[in-house]
Amino acid sequence: MYTNAAELWTEAKERQVPLSEIILENEMQLTECSKEEVMRHLEKMYEIMQISAAKALQKPLFTVGSLITGIAKTQYDYAQTPDTLCGGFLNLLMARALSCSETNAAMGRICAAPTAGSCGIIPAVLITVAENRKSSKEAVFNALLVSAGLGAVIMRNATVAGAEGGCQVECGAAAAMAAAAAVDLAGGTAEAALHAAAFALMNIMGLICDPVAGLVQVPCAQRNASQAVNALLSADFALAGQRSIIPLDEVIDAMFRTGKMLPMQLRETAMGGIAATQTGRKINDEIFSKKE
Amino acid sequence: MNISIFDVLGPVMIGPSSSHTAGAARLAYVARQIVDAPFTKVDFYLHGSFAKTYKGHGTDRALVAGVLGLREDDERLAASFEMAKEQGISYTFQTIELEGAHENTVKMVFHLSKGGESTIIGSSLGGARIIITEVDGFAMEYTATSPAILITQQDSKGIVSSVTAVLAHFNINIGVMKLSRSAKGGIASCMIETDSFIPAEVNAILCNYPQIYRVRIINCR
Repeated sequence: MYTNAAELWTEAKERQVPLSEIILENEMQLTECSKEEVMRHLEKMYEIMQISAAKALQKPLFTVGSLITGIAKTQYDYAQTPDTLCGGFLNLLMARALSCSETNAAMGRICAAPTAGSCGIIPAVLITVAENRKSSKEAVFNALLVSAGLGAVIMRNATVAGAEGGCQVECGAAAAMAAAAAVDLAGGTAEAALHAAAFALMNIMGLICDPVAGLVQVPCAQRNASQAVNALLSADFALAGQRSIIPLDEVIDAMFRTGKMLPMQLRETAMGGIAATQTGRKINDEIFSKKE
Repeated sequence: MNISIFDVLGPVMIGPSSSHTAGAARLAYVARQIVDAPFTKVDFYLHGSFAKTYKGHGTDRALVAGVLGLREDDERLAASFEMAKEQGISYTFQTIELEGAHENTVKMVFHLSKGGESTIIGSSLGGARIIITEVDGFAMEYTATSPAILITQQDSKGIVSSVTAVLAHFNINIGVMKLSRSAKGGIASCMIETDSFIPAEVNAILCNYPQIYRVRIINCR
């Protein structure tokens, strides 16, 4: 039985099995489901992720106030050009994250991972890395298990509610989960996966939740894209051999405490950050005065 | 680890917000099941954060979708206003102050086809989790995570034991049971959450008791 990342890692190390196996066993015990049932459920989630990551790539979707309508297509089209700074791979990654966010804002179907506001990060990372490395379905589901298992650790020891801890606990948690999954897909060790998660959280520590007009659009969509990139670079830190000098559990705790220190204006209330800018307020007034 | 990986990944839902969209759809869906009778109109009274932000998060469309019987992951949710029109069901939205209620609370008044009203109050707790707090004036705490049976009866001796005997006969285990009454000897309301599916026969048998006025079975998750 594990309650935090260190215990999860110790169990995997002592029994010499991958993280995904420990997480799967725990799930089967907890929910009294068979391995097949858990895997079928995961497969369904992954299908929804694939659909939402592709849905807005070629067709702009209508969103309230049209704040992010068409951004996934814009990034996707750019990803096809030869002259990008980050290259086709990272631009496609970003486009997929944006597609999930655009789908979500347009009242399309998504899989919360761990929340609706951060629903683009894990799909973008898993799909793009799996495609690039030609990973098997089984490898993808095992990586998904690793990400979800780590998400459970974060939920238990911190929170994933933006209203409680800001953007860092939503998009940050998703980035940490995706970073660990990416390491797993790339064949890295359990130790590297957990360090990748620690790096991802360090890179976003303290980020506030400041949605313009209170809508899950700006900057949420752009942060899904930037945190997908954060997940990958954090994974590469760990795969290269870097190790976080602060253990993952302590980083998770720091994130939780940092969230508690954030004033209410910076936690999903749209009263601070870019939501409180002159233009942000104007957009809010325009959207909510003209409807009905 | 006492948290399921599917509390982390999921729910699969229509965006944009698990509390303001998916939770709202579930509340209205469960309310429809509890009302369990044809209706022509629903008045939605929105409290707290629901009242402030319902337009931007599609809470209104989600609520209408729920009363039409759509789940929180049904892509037709965004077109629920049009669906309601086709089905001849009208709706209104108003804001309200409900004292002491959770930030995301809605009061739903169903106007029944046969006449009369049915009023359900519930809250969306985040992550698409919900709680029904009041049904037709009777207070309760139903989270719609297990099947339940809601009975309106005369407050008299032996009714509850008859009900539990029927459930035992169908091999249904009781998880939670709550009883409240308007006055001694008046109308009582009994909410029983069970571990397994409740077949329709239970309803038919219970309705044979003269002291039982109404039985409603809710089999949704």
